[in-house]
Amino acid sequence: MKIAVCIKRVPDSETRVKIASDGKSLDDSGVKFVMNPYDEFAVEEALRRKEKASSGEVAVICLGPAAAQETIRTALAMGADRGILLQSDRIPADPFEVARIIAAELKSTSWDLLLFGRMAIDDYNHQVGALTAELLGLPCVTAISHLEIEGTKGVAEREIEGGIEVVEFPLPAVLTADKGLNEPRYPALKGIMAAKKKPLEVKPVQASAGTFEVVALSPPPDRKEGKIVGEGVGAVGELVRLLREEAKVL
Amino acid sequence: MTLALAVLEQRDGVLRKISHEVVTGSQRLGRGVDAVLCAAGPVQGADQLGKFGADRVITLTNPAFAKYAPEACAQAIAERAKQGGYRAVLFAASATGKDLAPRVAAKLGVGVAADITDLAALGDAITVTRPVYAGKALLKVKVASQPAVLSLRPNVFTPVERPKAGTPETAAVTVAPCRVVVREVKAAAAGTLDVAEAQIIISGGRGLKEPANFKVLEELAQAFGGKAAVGASRAVVDAGWRAHADQVGQTGKTVSPSLYIAVGISGAIQHLAGMRTSKVIVAINKDKDAPIFKVADYGVVGDLFEIVPRLTEEIRKLHG
Ligand SMILES: Cc1cc2nc3c(=O)[nH]c(=O)nc-3n(C[C@H](O)[C@H](O)[C@H](O)COP(=O)(O)OP(=O)(O)OC[C@H]3O[C@@H](n4cnc5c(N)ncnc54)[C@H](O)[C@@H]3O)c2cc1C
Ligand SMILES: Nc1ncnc2c1ncn2[C@@H]1O[C@H](COP(=O)(O)O)[C@@H](O)[C@H]1O
Repeated sequence: MKIAVCIKRVPDSETRVKIASDGKSLDDSGVKFVMNPYDEFAVEEALRRKEKASSGEVAVICLGPAAAQETIRTALAMGADRGILLQSDRIPADPFEVARIIAAELKSTSWDLLLFGRMAIDDYNHQVGALTAELLGLPCVTAISHLEIEGTKGVAEREIEGGIEVVEFPLPAVLTADKGLNEPRYPALKGIMAAKKKPLEVKPVQASAGTFEVVALSPPPDRKEGKIVGEGVGAVGELVRLLREEAKVL
Repeated sequence: MTLALAVLEQRDGVLRKISHEVVTGSQRLGRGVDAVLCAAGPVQGADQLGKFGADRVITLTNPAFAKYAPEACAQAIAERAKQGGYRAVLFAASATGKDLAPRVAAKLGVGVAADITDLAALGDAITVTRPVYAGKALLKVKVASQPAVLSLRPNVFTPVERPKAGTPETAAVTVAPCRVVVREVKAAAAGTLDVAEAQIIISGGRGLKEPANFKVLEELAQAFGGKAAVGASRAVVDAGWRAHADQVGQTGKTVSPSLYIAVGISGAIQHLAGMRTSKVIVAINKDKDAPIFKVADYGVVGDLFEIVPRLTEEIRKLHG
């Protein structure tokens, strides 16, 4: 099994967002960056598939700045075989551009499986996997929480409102991983040591801006100051009154 | 000229209510709306869309559309979008919309401005607002792609009635054979409302102590008479107390109900990511310093096992 996993370097989910002086981007000084959590599910799934087939290769691909080598090393430490950094200081705001760059890289090899995260937790775009699949002309199933593969036939499950879709597809295919797919492993010390020697290819790419122009990044409007209605059961009557008369939601 | 194409959703031949929001959101672009949906036959509720301002309601029919057929729908909608020369194509950022929008967008050679909470058209420019960094910031983007493909966060664009004649049209379409096939839909237990669609959500966290105690939240939900769903924090989902489908937050669902009641939930940033755009937030927690109180409109400090049953009684009185 030849498997490609696309991983993104994103600010840790605990990050306090400070807006840069341009008013359009994140001030990333002091920000801790991690692998996008959904991409951890994708890496884990790739490793398990390869282990099950007891042959093959897992390559991780990342579009990002030089510092994203660290993100790739994390995936290598989990057990991926090699990494490719599509190096660009700026990640385009237009997801179509991101997909175009990733697709151009993926096209050069014939993969059995191409794995992505359901979404990146910084931009919430929720689409690079599906866009890339279309660009490559491959079948795609998004946001999967369960996967079975038999030969070149796959069955995946995805959550929808009020139920679960059971979806069949042929390989090669693009899949995007949701939580629930698996429990990602932590890199062991041995893995971390081994990762240092695994191949990591750096390829500079030209990322054009695309058709999305960022106008502003701003803090969300403050929620109007809330109030503590009171303590204990005694406050319930007043809570219900406020919900009816002030908030008008009952 | 019609400006926007609103892509609707149906399941089992019934229009999904979220479709009203998409038509209402499309109206905001100001120059007329065509609504389109893929179905195997006539769709119950589609004739109502004129009420929300659709000029035309076009049902594209093919037997393949009996269940969600991502490839066939994407093909049919992309073709329709090209023929109509629309300035914008709008989807709901629902489970289906999030899957379908990028497929259609890619066929049109553009990206999706996803999960938007606001949009405006000034002249020919479309500007949208989308929450990013787990809702800790709002990104305003000018979308110059032709067409602009947008998906609207559910429960944000409250349906507004603007009656029009809304001509219904039906067109049988041909589609290529599908590689990706939805074999079945395993429905959740009958009568349970999905958190993504509920107007009222009562979520429980580790403060509930054990899975059986979620009964107190279910009773409160029932008191609201079928309008409320029970959600959960990740801590209790990871512990196996509740299904992942119920999880609210960064690695769960993003919700914007009119009322969100957080019970025994501390209010970690990743939980807030999923619910901070709720219209009214109530927190019930025994720790007066719990971060959830910082985003709550109304907080009650105390033991949930005393407070929630009393609240259930009061709500029953209102609805009884
Ligand atoms: C990458 C990442 C993604 C994540 N995604 C999510 C996500 O999608 N959703 C999510 O929820 N979390 C998510 N988390 C986890 C999050 O950080 C918190 O760990 C989690 O939300 C805590 O759940 P909790 O509030 O139920 O539990 P706790 O933090 O343990 O809080 C329990 C609360 O219950 C209160 N309590 C206890 N007993 C009572 C009582 N008798 N009456 C009243 N109150 C009581 C306590 O005061 C406390 O505030 C994520 C974390 C990471 C790192
Ligand atoms: N810059 C990037 N480099 C590598 N993979 C990416 C990048 N951006 C997005 N992806 C992949 O696409 C998925 C969805 O991202 P998004 O559509 O941006 O929410 C992520 O989980 C990654 O798998």
